[in-house]
Amino acid sequence: MFLCMIPTIRIGNSMPEIFQYEFMNRAIVASVLVGVTAPAIGMFLVLRRLSLIADTLSHVAFAGVAVALITKSFTPIVAFIATATAAVSIEELRVRRLLPGDAALAVFLYGALALAVVLISAFDGFNSTIFSYLFGSVLSVSSTDLWWMGMLALVITLFLFMFRFELTQITFDSDLAKTNGVRVHMLNLSLAILTAGTITVSMRVVGVLLVGALIVIPVLVSIRVVKGLSLTLLVSSVIGVFVAVFGMVISFYADLAPGGSVVLIAISLLIIVEIGALIKKRIFGSSQLMHSSDHTHAHEFHAHGANGSATDDPHSHR
Amino acid sequence: MNHNSKSKPIEVDVESFPRPEKIPIRFDETWFAYDSMPVVRDINFSIMPGEFAAILGPNGSGKTTLMKLALGLLKPSSGRVLLFGESSENFKDWHRIGYVPQRIQTAEHRFPASVREIVQFGAYSGFRFFSLLKHKENSRVDDAMELAGILELADRRVSDISAGQQQRMLIARALVRRPDLLVMDEPVAGVDAAGEDQFHSMVRKLNRDLGITIVMVSHDIGAVMREATTCACINQDIVFHGPVHQLDANALSTLYGFPVDVLMHDPDHTHR
Repeated sequence: MFLCMIPTIRIGNSMPEIFQYEFMNRAIVASVLVGVTAPAIGMFLVLRRLSLIADTLSHVAFAGVAVALITKSFTPIVAFIATATAAVSIEELRVRRLLPGDAALAVFLYGALALAVVLISAFDGFNSTIFSYLFGSVLSVSSTDLWWMGMLALVITLFLFMFRFELTQITFDSDLAKTNGVRVHMLNLSLAILTAGTITVSMRVVGVLLVGALIVIPVLVSIRVVKGLSLTLLVSSVIGVFVAVFGMVISFYADLAPGGSVVLIAISLLIIVEIGALIKKRIFGSSQLMHSSDHTHAHEFHAHGANGSATDDPHSHR
Repeated sequence: MNHNSKSKPIEVDVESFPRPEKIPIRFDETWFAYDSMPVVRDINFSIMPGEFAAILGPNGSGKTTLMKLALGLLKPSSGRVLLFGESSENFKDWHRIGYVPQRIQTAEHRFPASVREIVQFGAYSGFRFFSLLKHKENSRVDDAMELAGILELADRRVSDISAGQQQRMLIARALVRRPDLLVMDEPVAGVDAAGEDQFHSMVRKLNRDLGITIVMVSHDIGAVMREATTCACINQDIVFHGPVHQLDANALSTLYGFPVDVLMHDPDHTHR
């Protein structure tokens, strides 16, 4: 259904089928960009329990898309301005304690969704373009999109790399970061704006309704499998690239919606690592208990041995 | 403010009074209110270099708020707080300050950082492109972890260690920067008796041997009487401020709102 109207533009016959379509090449490159940036920025949101900000901003992005389609403006720019404005407003409301954090998110989420629905119904109605933004579409990524997505992804990656020490301190404890001389408010605002940028980049591939999942789930997988802040950040992005590209490939061959495919793969991966961790905990935990019990037993014998009563016992301390 | 229970002002030799930039913390007619409800009222006192100052008070008395005001984490509604002679809001020399909060904001999360990574944050001294630490600072991190007794926990995940061990990690983090002033907000909350004893022994060493000025919010009157040199009793406003040996039953009764007896142990272990 999603690929039935795809123009068959073949650029070579020796390559795998998926790479013979220009739009798929663009979609794969876009997936890599999204896969790197979304979980990287997501780590600083997930660890601060701000995962839902991604969902809220994606709905704001949807309102931006509606405005752009009606005004016939360049959609990503309008969506970015809308999400960045909302991100900064939410941060300011939170810091100034004008609204509780979750209430501010709810107001923006429902406000933006209501605005989008009203605008769409008043002007153009729900058409295929709107659906491509809602659920993602491999056809929606143009060469122009790819260029500015690349630029934005570069800015985001550079920012996260340059300020990784400061951002991780804020993530751990913002008061401690501030008494360490970190400019917490400025960096929080920058992170909010770049989260808006990440959502704008990602919505082309996975759609506004599912973009939050790509920001959050690879981070959850990464936190489960590795230890250390830098490694968690790196592995989150590697997992993000894997699920985004793999999901895109599957959606091509199975003719499925790319956004849903990417997110389902990410969730499958999360389930696998959680089950793996559970099994490991049971096996390792029980063996550790046995070892601990054995060790205590040996100690007791050793103590007796020290008193000269059981020095030749085969269970002596190992 | 209860003037009856307030101690007599401490007589100060003006000649020996330190210059403002040498005074670690000075509260100057400091007020703070949440939504027009005053939490801290007209606080006036200073914490001098080398002091081990305890802040005592019942729950909700404004102790933590006072510490946050001191560290520039909250802005006074009126008055001012000076850190080493500079307004706490504009303070820049953060390398001189070590802070140990009551609990870390991410305490209940599955936080992926190792203990060593968090302690290393203590060495942060501004933007660096590639590395958080200079080569020589690695040994400072090890020294601080050893002093705090957590060297063997260095590679453990922060969320996998106990609350008491997390407090020690935060102390190690504060010590890496070799501060002139160490501010601790109920640092032994959730620590067992043995750990508490070790903690006080360590803080005593920091204060007496290394000359670090200590400010510690506490609920433990016994520990305060034993370890601190000065004490400020807060219940929104100042009930008592002075040398800890002047803290009497009258001030404590006013502070907590019920009769309190003070039993001091002398070296012969007889009550007086």
